[in-house]
Amino acid sequence: MIRYGSAVSAFVLTVLAASCSHKGESAILPKPTAFGAAVVESSGGKQLAQTGSLLPQPVVVQVNDEQGAAVTGALVEFAAAPGVGFDPPDGLTDSSGQVTTNVSLAGMAGRYQITAFTFDKSHKRLELKLEEIALGYQETLGRRLNDQYCDRCHNSESTVERVSNYDNLEVKPHPFTEGDTLNKISNTDLTAIITNGGPALQKSALMPAWGNTLSKTDIQALIAYIRAVSDPPSRSAGPTYARR
Amino acid sequence: MKEKLTSLWQKLFGDPVRAFGVVSLVFLLSLAIAPAKNYFSEWRHYQHSYLRMIRNRSDANTLQRHFQGGIHQIWLPELGVVDRCTSCHVGLKEASLTDVATQPFRKHPVVPHKLDEFGCVVCHRGQGAATTVAEAHNSTLAWEQPILPAKYIESSCGQCHRGPMLGTPQLNQGRALLKREGCVHCHTIKLPDGSPIQPNDDPPSLEHIADKTTREWIYAWLRDPQSYAASATMPNFKLSDDDARDVSAFLMANSAPLAGDRAKITAKPASDPSAGPSLYGESFCASCHSVQNAAGNLVGGDVGPELTRIGSKVKPEWLQAWLRNPRSYDPGTAMPHYRLNDGQVATLSGFLLAKTDSDLLANVHLDPATPEQIAHGKRLVSDYGCASCHEIAGIKKPENFAPELTRIGSKPITQLIFLPGMQHTLPEYIAGKIKQPRAFSPGLKMPQYTLAPAQIDALTTALLSFNERSFTLPPSLAVPGVPESDYQPAGKAGKLMSDLACFSCHRISGHGGDMAPDLTWEGSSVQREWLVQFFKNPGTLRPALIRRMPRFNLTDGEITELTDYIMTVYQNPAVDRDSMPLSGYPQGQVELGRQLFYGKYSCQGCHIVDTKTDKGYIGPTLTHVGSRLTAAWMYQWMKNPQALRPGTIEPNRAMSDEDARALTAFLMSQKGGAKQEIAKK
Ligand code: HEC
Repeated sequence: MIRYGSAVSAFVLTVLAASCSHKGESAILPKPTAFGAAVVESSGGKQLAQTGSLLPQPVVVQVNDEQGAAVTGALVEFAAAPGVGFDPPDGLTDSSGQVTTNVSLAGMAGRYQITAFTFDKSHKRLELKLEEIALGYQETLGRRLNDQYCDRCHNSESTVERVSNYDNLEVKPHPFTEGDTLNKISNTDLTAIITNGGPALQKSALMPAWGNTLSKTDIQALIAYIRAVSDPPSRSAGPTYARR
Repeated sequence: MKEKLTSLWQKLFGDPVRAFGVVSLVFLLSLAIAPAKNYFSEWRHYQHSYLRMIRNRSDANTLQRHFQGGIHQIWLPELGVVDRCTSCHVGLKEASLTDVATQPFRKHPVVPHKLDEFGCVVCHRGQGAATTVAEAHNSTLAWEQPILPAKYIESSCGQCHRGPMLGTPQLNQGRALLKREGCVHCHTIKLPDGSPIQPNDDPPSLEHIADKTTREWIYAWLRDPQSYAASATMPNFKLSDDDARDVSAFLMANSAPLAGDRAKITAKPASDPSAGPSLYGESFCASCHSVQNAAGNLVGGDVGPELTRIGSKVKPEWLQAWLRNPRSYDPGTAMPHYRLNDGQVATLSGFLLAKTDSDLLANVHLDPATPEQIAHGKRLVSDYGCASCHEIAGIKKPENFAPELTRIGSKPITQLIFLPGMQHTLPEYIAGKIKQPRAFSPGLKMPQYTLAPAQIDALTTALLSFNERSFTLPPSLAVPGVPESDYQPAGKAGKLMSDLACFSCHRISGHGGDMAPDLTWEGSSVQREWLVQFFKNPGTLRPALIRRMPRFNLTDGEITELTDYIMTVYQNPAVDRDSMPLSGYPQGQVELGRQLFYGKYSCQGCHIVDTKTDKGYIGPTLTHVGSRLTAAWMYQWMKNPQALRPGTIEPNRAMSDEDARALTAFLMSQKGGAKQEIAKK
């Protein structure tokens, strides 16, 4: 009886889901005037945003022909896990072969795979996959702490407002995106080096101890941030949300 | 037909026994409806799928043990919470379920509060007591709340937390924008403690506007403020040509010349064409004012107005009088009185007046105003509520010009009028109103702002936090923000400090800006002689800073006045300035300090003591620190920097007394020797 009940409700849900997705697909797509041989990223991959929010920069993709020249008038559609919004969700490439869309991520923290696709002359589907990162509360807190306390040593990029200190350090720290190094350091070790400084892991004392300045919650938030942004992804980064 | 029914009746109820049987069957079936509904309920379906999902996991046994079937409920009477969400969201507290992608089973992400203490709807809104997905998440009836979209979730933090927090950047930004964009000039927003939010955009008075600019400029500005300065705060009121003509006519006619010293400057600007830009640079005007560069980017601060086209706006005599002493035109301005001499005023005004845009006023041709136009302009000025922001002679600041927004975050949807195609939710409504207010009705007065999508989201987040719950929550849960203090220094020195607008950049005792160091304990921290020299010739202590302290051409008397005041009043009771000597530390202790500096604490990562070897760029340069700071301050700073300057990024190293003393000894020996060596070479 129970099984029967769940089967029925599953059926109802499937029907509901099907009718919903049907509604979504009824939008009319623009008619392509040209076809490409590849779709590539121009900009906008690997950005960070808070859950549910717009990415700071739009995603721009380009359609090229066999020779690598930009194709105008090819249709590009964007797709991702439910809850991810694209404005616009599709478009024809402009005179420089590009389509630009503003992306807002869904409500769960984690990685989102975004697919941009187009078709070639023989109606074969060409795909480009990009990854974007949604930060939850803890990772957002970590990001702010990183901006305030860590970034100027750990990030070699300078801006007018914030000159990086990276080049001035005799021992070079790693950017927190450097997954190849940071994924190998356990949470316990990360906590140790942030709390007690470089010497806690037999590393340079140029890495200061933060245990009397930052709270345990702060340090956990920093670690959550480090795990969230690492590339390649750390194992504890959670699932990647992709189109079903 | 009738016969058929009669025969059916006869068949069913003709015989009493049969009738009893039929009636019992009907009863039985109707009794079965409730349990059947229960069996087919959504939450039961989700609990079954949850059990199926965990069956294949390595921690199946633990998860199974934690699982409890049935409806779950979190009941928090003092918060008005009856939340059954956990009936479907079964795994919210399961630490291992962070890797689950299928909802509703993922573990709740880490937040500072416990589920059992706050429930779900306090943050997420929605119908806590509902037991179906649709009712819990989507209900939009007047007395109900749909789930809050994730992008506005920080609004819920703002219900209790009234001040900015590190983990809620969007809420902080939204609250700051409400003040900075001047929303609260027209819309009253009262915080639960009864205090209204105060704007901080400081719109100029228009009582003497004819001294400052021309009618043509006012006309162009009214038509489109952003065409004069992309960064302009004033929104676009979308006035017609005629309306802009009449408002500009009224403002000019209504302006009274300012009494006071208007003597024309006879001094000539410096002949060297680079003198203007260098005076602009040396005076650090760019710390507060921005100018568009060739690439179209704004470079500079946003405390004062953008100056890209200033030459097309201001009258030369006004600019010179302003540069000579801005306070005589606007006593409350954030701009310092620089004490420039006439030559400098001529040079700087010449440089600024050359920043023109010939397109701006090219098509503006206004005939002399008629009395009817002026009268119509005055009516428009009242109608649009200009005096909500600007002082205008003869027009009172209107009370409650626009709807109060104190409880906008729980406004019932039945009271809202939506645009076609809009989702019928409160956040959509608020965001839509900010984005395009006049779309809701062409007759509305709310002007058009130029805001980025992220700014609209931030403002919506802040507005959603002003809701019923923020008023009804138990007072013990409210976390007040730190109110801006109204600290004002006293006496002659206090007058001097407001003349120099120190508080535009520096903070003292909770009042003032955050561009430059907090000076609350400056008297304990620095040596007197250093301070005197610094006023005469301010340099920067931080190599990577682009904003610096300007030089103010102070007289010796003024410098003495300021220094005396700072040295006596801005004293930290925990730092006894005279408890440690400024020099004469034993060589051994200095040497130990040097080792600690370069070894154990590796201070050279952020600071420079020896310009030949050290490169650290984050903290102040310490080459002269022994002639700048007091030893007692330095010692206390080593022990606990945050106790002296809350929020400083210098890490607290919990140093032993011995280490702190040795480092103090080493640093006090840094009296600028290295620089002299360089000079000798
Ligand atoms: C003064 C510069 C500086 C600051 C500020 C700083 N670090 Fe470091 N950090 C370093 C250096 C240098 C190393 C490399 C030490 C080594 O490899 O011997 C390092 C190493 C680390 C490591 C080990 C992985 C690696 O990059 O080699 C972690 C994790 C780390 N820092 C975290 C932090 C966090 C979190 C903060 C902010 C709270 C922070 N750091 C602030 C200089 C700094």
